Amino acid sequence: MNGLIKHGFFAHLRHDLRLINRRRGEVASPLIFFVIAATLIPLGVSPEARVLSMIAPGIIWVMALLATLLSADRLFDADYNDGSLEQILISPQLLVMPVLGKIAAHWLTTGLPLTLVSPLLGLLFSLPSEGYGAMMAGLAIGTCCLSLLVALGAALTVSLKNGGLLLTLIVMPLYMPVLIFGTATAQYSIDGLAWDVPLAVLAAMLTMAIALCPIAIAGILRLTTMN
Amino acid sequence: MNWNWFYRMGSPKWFFYTTSRWLPWLGVLTSCLLVTGLVWGMAFAPEDAKQGNSFRIIYLHVPASLLALAGYFLMATAGAIGLIWRMKLSFMVMKCAAPLGAVLTFLALFTGAIWGKPTWGSYWVWDARVTSMLILLFLYLGVLALQYAFQSPEVGNKASAILALVGTVNIPIIYKSVDWWFTLHQPSTIKFTEAPSMHPDMFQPLLVMILGFYCFYALALFMSVRVEILHRERKTAWVRDLVSQEAKEREGVNS
Repeated sequence: MNGLIKHGFFAHLRHDLRLINRRRGEVASPLIFFVIAATLIPLGVSPEARVLSMIAPGIIWVMALLATLLSADRLFDADYNDGSLEQILISPQLLVMPVLGKIAAHWLTTGLPLTLVSPLLGLLFSLPSEGYGAMMAGLAIGTCCLSLLVALGAALTVSLKNGGLLLTLIVMPLYMPVLIFGTATAQYSIDGLAWDVPLAVLAAMLTMAIALCPIAIAGILRLTTMN
Repeated sequence: MNWNWFYRMGSPKWFFYTTSRWLPWLGVLTSCLLVTGLVWGMAFAPEDAKQGNSFRIIYLHVPASLLALAGYFLMATAGAIGLIWRMKLSFMVMKCAAPLGAVLTFLALFTGAIWGKPTWGSYWVWDARVTSMLILLFLYLGVLALQYAFQSPEVGNKASAILALVGTVNIPIIYKSVDWWFTLHQPSTIKFTEAPSMHPDMFQPLLVMILGFYCFYALALFMSVRVEILHRERKTAWVRDLVSQEAKEREGVNS
C-alpha cells in the first residue's frame, strides 16, 4: 500500500516534469513576466535607489504572486482537456497523491525558478545585501504555499471556459497571509531583526496547506470534472 | 435521539409554509427595533466628548460589520450542511446569504469611510480591521462569482460551498496576519478614539440596533430564500397549486 501511494506521487511528478520539458517555453514565460513586470515599477514610480530599495521586497513578492497565478492553467487544464484527469479520478488509488505530485511539479517549474531569478530583481531594485538570503528562503517556502493555493483555484475553475479572471478573484484573498509574512521575512533581515520568526510562520502555513489543500482539491476535482 | 425535526427542516415546502407564518411577526419586530434604535441613537443618545455628533454613525457601522462577519460563518455552515447531508435547502440559504453578506460588508466599509473622514482625517486608512473587512468583501465576491460561473446550479452550489469552507479556515489566519502586519507598520497618528468601554447611554441604543440588524438579516434571508425556493421548485405540484390559488384569489378581487 505504501509503495502504491508513493508511486502515485512520483508517477505524476515525473509525468508532468517530462511534459514541461518538451515545452520549455512554458517555464520561461512566467519568469519573463516576473522580470518584465517588475521593470515597469521603476518607470512608473521612481528610479531613485532609495525609494526602490524601500519597496523592493514587496514588489518582488507581488510579482511572484502574479507569476504563479499566470501559470495556474498549466496545473489541470491540459489533463482536463485530453481526458486524462478523469482517468486519474476513476483510478483506484488515493486521489491526494497524484494531486500532490502535480503540485510539486508545478512548484519545481515555477516557484523554484522564480526563487532562483529573484536575486536578479534584487539587483535591479538595489535591495540591501542583507536581504538576499532571507528573501530567497522566504520565496522558496512561500511559492510552495502559493502553488498549493493556486491549485485549489485551478481545480475550482478547470471546467470553465474563461476561468482566469475568476481564478484571480478566488485565490487573491487566500494569498494575503503568505504575502504579509513573505515580505516581512525579507524586511526583517534588512532591518537586522530575527527573520527566522516570519519564516517559521511561513513554514507553518506551508505544513498546514500541504495537509489540507490536497484533500480539498481532490474533492473539488471530483465535483467539477465529473459533472 | 429524534432527528425528524432536522430532516423536516430540509424540506423547502416546510420552510416556505413555516416562514409564511413567521414573516409578519419578524417584520414588525425588525421595524420596531430598527426605528427605536435609530431614533434613540440619532436623537437621544448623548454626544461624544471627542467626536461630537459624527460618532452616531456607529449605530449603523458596528451592526453592519458584526452581521457581515457572522453572515460569512452562516453561509459557510449552510454550505457545509449542504455538502454533508446533501440538503437542497441549505444550498439555497448559502446562495442567498452571499449577496446579503457582501452588501453588509460593503455597507460596513462605506460607513467606516464616512466615519473615518472626520475622525482620522481621511476616507481610507490601511488599518488592520479595515483591511480585514476589505479581504472579507473579496472572499464574498469570490463565492458569489463562483456560484454563477457554472452552467449547472448544483455544481455551482457545491463548488462555492467548498470555497466558503476554505475561506472559513483562512479567515482566522488572514485576520491574525493582517493584525500582525498592522502592528509592524503601525502609523503613530491613528488611534481608535473610542474607548473600549462605552457609556451605557450610548451602548443601549447600539444593542437595540444590533438586535434589529440581526432580525433584519433573518428577514431578508428568509425572503430571498423563499423566492429561491419558488424559483427552483417551480415545477413541483405544491408551487403550482400555490400560484394558481393566488391567481384565483386575485381574480376574485378584481371582478
